[in-house]
Amino acid sequence: MHRKSVAELSKALNKKDISSCELTSVYLDRIQAHSELNAFITVDRERALKQAQEADARLKAGTGTALTGIPIAQKDIFCTDGMLTTCASRMLANFVAPYDATVIRKFGEAGSVLLGKTNMDEFAMGSSNETSFFGPVRNPWDRRCVPGGSSGGSAAAVAARLAVAATGTDTGGSIRQPAALTGITGLKPSYGRVSRYGMIAFASSLDQAGPMTRSAEDAALLLNVMAGFDPLDSTSVDRPVPDYASTLDRPLTGLRIGLPQEYFGEGLGTGVAVAIESALEEFRKLGAKILEVSLPNSSLAIPCYYVLAPAEASSNLARYDGVRYGYRAPEYEDLWEMYAKSRAQGFGAEVKRRIMIGTYALSAGYYDAYYLKAQKLRRLISSDFDRAFEVCDVIMGPAAPSTAFELGSKTDDPVAMYLSDIYTISVNLAGLPGMSIPAGFDSNGRPIGLQIIGKYFDEARLLNVAHKFQQATDWHLRVPEGF
Amino acid sequence: MDWETVIGLEVHVQLLTNSKLFSGSSTRFGAEPNTQACAVDIALPGVLPVMNRDAARMAVKFGLAVGATINRRSIFARKNYFYPDLPKGYQISQYELPVVQLGRLAIEVDGVHKEIGITRAHLEEDAGKSLHEDFRGLTGIDLNRAGTPLLEIVSEPDLRSAREAVAYLKKLHVLVRYLGICDGNMQEGSFRCDANVSVRPRGQHAFGTRAEIKNVNSFRFVEKAIDYEVGRQIELIEGGGKVVQETRQYDSVRNETRSMRSKEEAHDYRYFPDPDLLPLQLDPGFIEETATDMPELPDAKRERFTREYGLTVYDAEVLTGSRDMADYYEDAVRAVPGQPKLTANWVIGEFSGYLNRDNVEVSGAPVTSDMLAGLVQRIADSTISGKIAKEIFEAMWDGEGDADAVIDKRGLRQITDKSAIEQVIDEVLTRNPKQLEQYRAGQDKLFGFFVGQVMKATQGKANPAQVNDALRKKLDGNRT
Amino acid sequence: MALNRTDVERIAHLARLEVGEQELAAYAETLSRILGLIEQMNAIDTDGIAPMAHPLDAGLRLRADEVTERDQRERFQAIAPSAQAGLYLVPKVIE
Repeated sequence: MHRKSVAELSKALNKKDISSCELTSVYLDRIQAHSELNAFITVDRERALKQAQEADARLKAGTGTALTGIPIAQKDIFCTDGMLTTCASRMLANFVAPYDATVIRKFGEAGSVLLGKTNMDEFAMGSSNETSFFGPVRNPWDRRCVPGGSSGGSAAAVAARLAVAATGTDTGGSIRQPAALTGITGLKPSYGRVSRYGMIAFASSLDQAGPMTRSAEDAALLLNVMAGFDPLDSTSVDRPVPDYASTLDRPLTGLRIGLPQEYFGEGLGTGVAVAIESALEEFRKLGAKILEVSLPNSSLAIPCYYVLAPAEASSNLARYDGVRYGYRAPEYEDLWEMYAKSRAQGFGAEVKRRIMIGTYALSAGYYDAYYLKAQKLRRLISSDFDRAFEVCDVIMGPAAPSTAFELGSKTDDPVAMYLSDIYTISVNLAGLPGMSIPAGFDSNGRPIGLQIIGKYFDEARLLNVAHKFQQATDWHLRVPEGF
Repeated sequence: MDWETVIGLEVHVQLLTNSKLFSGSSTRFGAEPNTQACAVDIALPGVLPVMNRDAARMAVKFGLAVGATINRRSIFARKNYFYPDLPKGYQISQYELPVVQLGRLAIEVDGVHKEIGITRAHLEEDAGKSLHEDFRGLTGIDLNRAGTPLLEIVSEPDLRSAREAVAYLKKLHVLVRYLGICDGNMQEGSFRCDANVSVRPRGQHAFGTRAEIKNVNSFRFVEKAIDYEVGRQIELIEGGGKVVQETRQYDSVRNETRSMRSKEEAHDYRYFPDPDLLPLQLDPGFIEETATDMPELPDAKRERFTREYGLTVYDAEVLTGSRDMADYYEDAVRAVPGQPKLTANWVIGEFSGYLNRDNVEVSGAPVTSDMLAGLVQRIADSTISGKIAKEIFEAMWDGEGDADAVIDKRGLRQITDKSAIEQVIDEVLTRNPKQLEQYRAGQDKLFGFFVGQVMKATQGKANPAQVNDALRKKLDGNRT
Repeated sequence: MALNRTDVERIAHLARLEVGEQELAAYAETLSRILGLIEQMNAIDTDGIAPMAHPLDAGLRLRADEVTERDQRERFQAIAPSAQAGLYLVPKVIE
């Protein structure tokens, strides 16, 4: 039963072949049996089963939706009313949120079951899930390896079939890179498509939530629930939400795929390059045309991002001061010490580094050279995409330069770690939708992700392109051994 | 040496919205601590700001009133600093591009007219309050005020004396209340002022180093604080010292300003555009709509009052001191046409006097404009004398009903019956033969004595003019 | 640009992060390396380019001025490190 997709389970639930309670129990047991992956921070069995009962009642009454009764894992970055919401930080290790994020509310209204809250990099800052206060997550394909990050727990949970589907958030690649490293499907929607209300902020102009699933079809079903205008988020876009599932099967004949030459240069692992090449071959067979495009400022995306994201983060994380909620140091002499000690003890090393970089970039005398310069580069990077999309419908390339790397191999070198997001970051800077879908394995049997980048608000096309590929291939159906 | 004072003012005007600038919490004053502080106000993780439309409207109103440029596009920025009453660790404000720029306000001091430049007015959120008492050495934080919309109005350094500063502040105070964008309550902190003060040798072009006096909360204290600070700076410089740029606090008990020695190094607020908020874009429709909704402004109203009602500039000034007062006056004038001057006298005299005595607002006065008009009507048609009218006004204020009701109940109707008055005069003359004799002997000033006696005998109800006439006839007609 | 220990102290102070004497050198080294990466930006001339603050090229949406929130003090203060009589408590603020 745990091998079935959202679409299949939805049918089974609606036909009463299974109950949500049974299904939920199966997943709760699997989570417990595979706790060594450390994919979850919080699992609330009672709450999950209660929701499953409600879902069953709803299904019985015939008022269910496509997601009613489906057990889903939520990244621990979404505030969940009455439930621990930690953002994988000591700062919020005891934070029971007093309200629901819009994403949580929407899944609740759809009748899905909340299995638990998944592990992640602290405050979503990291590319390996090793910055979590609750310890690293292990990659189900190879437990010596990281699952990627920051949505590493969600990625591992979906890959190991510990949840039917999960949510993630993506500021510079945090959905797509772990999706690639764990062989699942991950979609970062256009900026403004999914409400950020209640999603703990890392970098507000870049953060976006999206589905992490086994297939593009499942991603479409989740996005149908997640997307939409929210009056509580001033950056949410008031634009109708199409039924993403209804356009999955459109033929790809004549689809123009742009290949940015900059994504195939130095630093790209050979195994990855080969897999991407064969995926492109598959698209040719499906009737797509491949052409070269150029994103000349790509190489500046990482420097640009590592100014803007930390700058926004340094301000977003100023609210963690030990006054109203969260961690407060046990001992302090005065207000200054209370602040400095609470924050020094409550935040981990990577978070502190980024706060300091961001603080520096915004400080008097440096603003123009760092922050303003980065904003100008952001414009250039974004314009590159505009130009490329004049000649193509989607852009394709690798989602990550390498496959999953070993735990601890990059923790001492933040700069090396930052390069993991080299292909994903520019998409966030431009606010475009991007996906990673499974496209093969390297010689060590570690998954490889193909990235598909779309025009603004063109999620339906991305899902369609990904789905057609998945109809023709079976990479997405592969499951790591033992799961 | 001859010194010149240079003052620029920053006024924080709390906008009269129902809800906060970026959240749906109430802005009502005086609630139990933290009961009007929602998830957004206390900056829970994940919450986001959504901007209040009326706050934007009020800012535009102010901009239009001071002839300023309304920026069609303005930017909200984060001003970053740590303080326990600042929940997000930053204040949402406007920095590089404020909503209002380059306006002016005319003031008058000792008959001299002067235009004061307004550099900018920007929208920002207020912080909470720190309460320092009662917690065994701890500070208590109340976030009810956090997020309340403020319009910060920054003047050019155009003011040259404490009196000019106060004139500007009073003018601004009247204006914001006219516009209905602020209740002007200085005790509750709805209208707060910071003053940048410096001195320079007269004739010197460059400004001296300024000190900022924080949060002075009455017009009187603003004047005293500036005067003290000017004296301090001059004394300091003349004694060979130097003014340092710093923030100072005014102590009204000792009447002095003191340096606020902060542990914090020079502030580095790290302003940057708030990524949670897009640019505030005001379309021409929004601005036009606001413009049509503008009330008549104090200067225009004053001018009209002198023209339309024939009032003196002074009377018009007093009556237009607040919109409520002006409206009250005009309502009364409309109810008793043809008596604008008499009505003005009563509004400025008795009515204002009672408001002050009982410390009530125009809106809460027991004598409505219709009631006052009724009273004026009875004076005008000679039903009562002006003196009796004061008694009636007091009775109306005390809730005894309108003028006619009081007149009837107390029998205060003026005696205008000629024969009745003559009869009283005869009685008075008979009762005072001695005075009559003296008058006839040439002591003319005793005329007033007889008038008084007649009025006394009629309990003030006799028509004074008629008494005069009749008395004159009786006394002088018989004079030999 | 390489940061020294004084720079780190200044930044840490602004960010209200306690950094121990023995951590200063390590921070200076790591942060300098990150700045080295960032300074690759200087390879590109950005004169005349309009800064991009946001991916959305739109204006702010405004909400009606209505009170929509109710008092939740009890719930909110249940998770506060220190609260009394409805107030959040902190060490004395020195003016």
